[in-house]
Amino acid sequence: MSADAPRSASSAAGADPPPVEVRGLVKRYGDLTAVAGVDLTVDTGDVYGYLGPNGAGKTTSLRMMLGLITPTEGTVRLFGRDPMQSVRALDGVAGFVEAPTFYPYLSARRNLQLLASFDGGGASDRIDQALETVDLAARAGDRVGGYSHGMRQRLGIAAALLREPKLLLLDEPATGLDPAGMRDMRLLIRSLAEQGMTVLLSSHLLTEIEDVCNRVAIVRSGRIVYEGEIAALKRGAGTSYRLETTADERALAVCHAQPGITDVRVEHGRICFTADETAVADLSQALIEAGALIHALAPQSVTLEDLFFSFTEGAESEQRDTAPEPVSVADSAR
Amino acid sequence: MPGVGTVYRWELTKLRYQKRTYLGLGAAVLVPILFVVAVHFRHDRRGGDFAFSSYLSRSGLAVPLVILLFGAVWMFPLITALVAGDIFASEDHNGTLKTIFTRSLERGQIFAGKALAAATYAVAAILLDGTVAVIAGSIQSGFNSLQSLSGTIVSAPKALELVYVSLLVYLIPIAAIVCVGLLLSTVTRNSAAAVVGTLMFSLLLQLLGILPGLGAIQPYLLSTQFNAWQGLLRTPIDWAPIIRAAWVCALYGVPALFAALLVFLRRDVAGG
Repeated sequence: MSADAPRSASSAAGADPPPVEVRGLVKRYGDLTAVAGVDLTVDTGDVYGYLGPNGAGKTTSLRMMLGLITPTEGTVRLFGRDPMQSVRALDGVAGFVEAPTFYPYLSARRNLQLLASFDGGGASDRIDQALETVDLAARAGDRVGGYSHGMRQRLGIAAALLREPKLLLLDEPATGLDPAGMRDMRLLIRSLAEQGMTVLLSSHLLTEIEDVCNRVAIVRSGRIVYEGEIAALKRGAGTSYRLETTADERALAVCHAQPGITDVRVEHGRICFTADETAVADLSQALIEAGALIHALAPQSVTLEDLFFSFTEGAESEQRDTAPEPVSVADSAR
Repeated sequence: MPGVGTVYRWELTKLRYQKRTYLGLGAAVLVPILFVVAVHFRHDRRGGDFAFSSYLSRSGLAVPLVILLFGAVWMFPLITALVAGDIFASEDHNGTLKTIFTRSLERGQIFAGKALAAATYAVAAILLDGTVAVIAGSIQSGFNSLQSLSGTIVSAPKALELVYVSLLVYLIPIAAIVCVGLLLSTVTRNSAAAVVGTLMFSLLLQLLGILPGLGAIQPYLLSTQFNAWQGLLRTPIDWAPIIRAAWVCALYGVPALFAALLVFLRRDVAGG
């Protein structure tokens, strides 16, 4: 499945509108452009990573998606509804931006009771279950003012679950958590996704995105520089190999001449290149024929981190004013 | 279905958990008691040169009226501002606007519930203050008849009724102060600034009222409307200051309330 195919497929199906559909989203604060024309679509069942360094405009985008701030330009639709028009657009939607916040002088349970009242329906009946889900039932009577950051993050998830959301928007949910807390948060998000919830998850933590998301948008300076499936992104980027031979100079020349071997370079005195398995097999034959006997030929799989930095740092110096064009999987593979 | 009533009930619940609530209500209770104690130990029992001062030692029902007179300067505006100035700004302080804005209530409903809660607090504080003043005053000076501002004697039950109606009339300028507090609370997003700002607004109007050469504007100052209740203590009742208080206070309060609503509806929740 290509990166862009599901977008058009779901739209063309003409069934339900996608959980999130953002077009040309811009937010300017005076001369500062925080979000510079974001387009993204999150389909039902996606666990969608919105990945970028701090200050890339992720939180501002999420605030616009939740109707908390007015876009300068562009549109946001949640299940086809505009959150700037009415809070009713948030029916079936829950989440938080930055750290979830509560009334510090009220207990966790009281806070949830308040929010459940604001939600209406059967939200009040779900308080106990939500507290159990995030493992806060035992501390529910404590004032939130005394909660740790991690407990507040979990309470934020509980507050979101009260709404029985079909779409969960989470902004940096693992930020500030210790390793165990981050693991628990990932497990929780994965578990919610398995229950059929669509999740849009912003983060600057690559492992968080890689572990739980199936799709990703990489954002830099308020613009999306890649959007698509993580697997396709990595697949398209090919596999990198490390080569050590008895005659590296000769081997380097063979690599340059061999079809299917790309991105040949020397790193720390070792030859590195990108290729698929067939090309590697042909290369090993060519190396032997050229008299460069192989000491080591090991694949080095490309991590999301490598790709992330190639998108967010590679072009950093080349242009600050000119926006990069969004890249598809096909482009990234070149 | 959640609505304005939901917000209103929860705002009252939240007030129960906040110290500032009890600061204001505590002042509303303590001031009349301290006042009565001061009257009890006063050496000169002839009274001052202000309305009902000479009756303080003869009827406890004069106590709430004298407190209304002096409370207008800073006490009641401060008690009112403690909640009205804080009720929106505290959401900014706690960063909770984004929490409640992403539930199932429109911003207008949240605004209305909060404004009603701030007004309810002001009403409760004034009525509590008046009731404590009546009780403390009656213990000190007796539940006796009162001389009206026209010189006629008003029986104790009738005077009690007039005291409570006076408290209600007093709520007219207090409502305007609530609106100003709400506006400053939404605009400054800072509780201390909004509370102090509301109090300073009230004090400045009081100062304007005593500046020489500004007599022409005095009837239209908000501070003047705090004396409208005195029309009830005349025989026959003088409704003119009360009617004027109603529209003058509306001129102060309604634009402030409307501006506060617009700010609240349109604001970007970019922090917290």
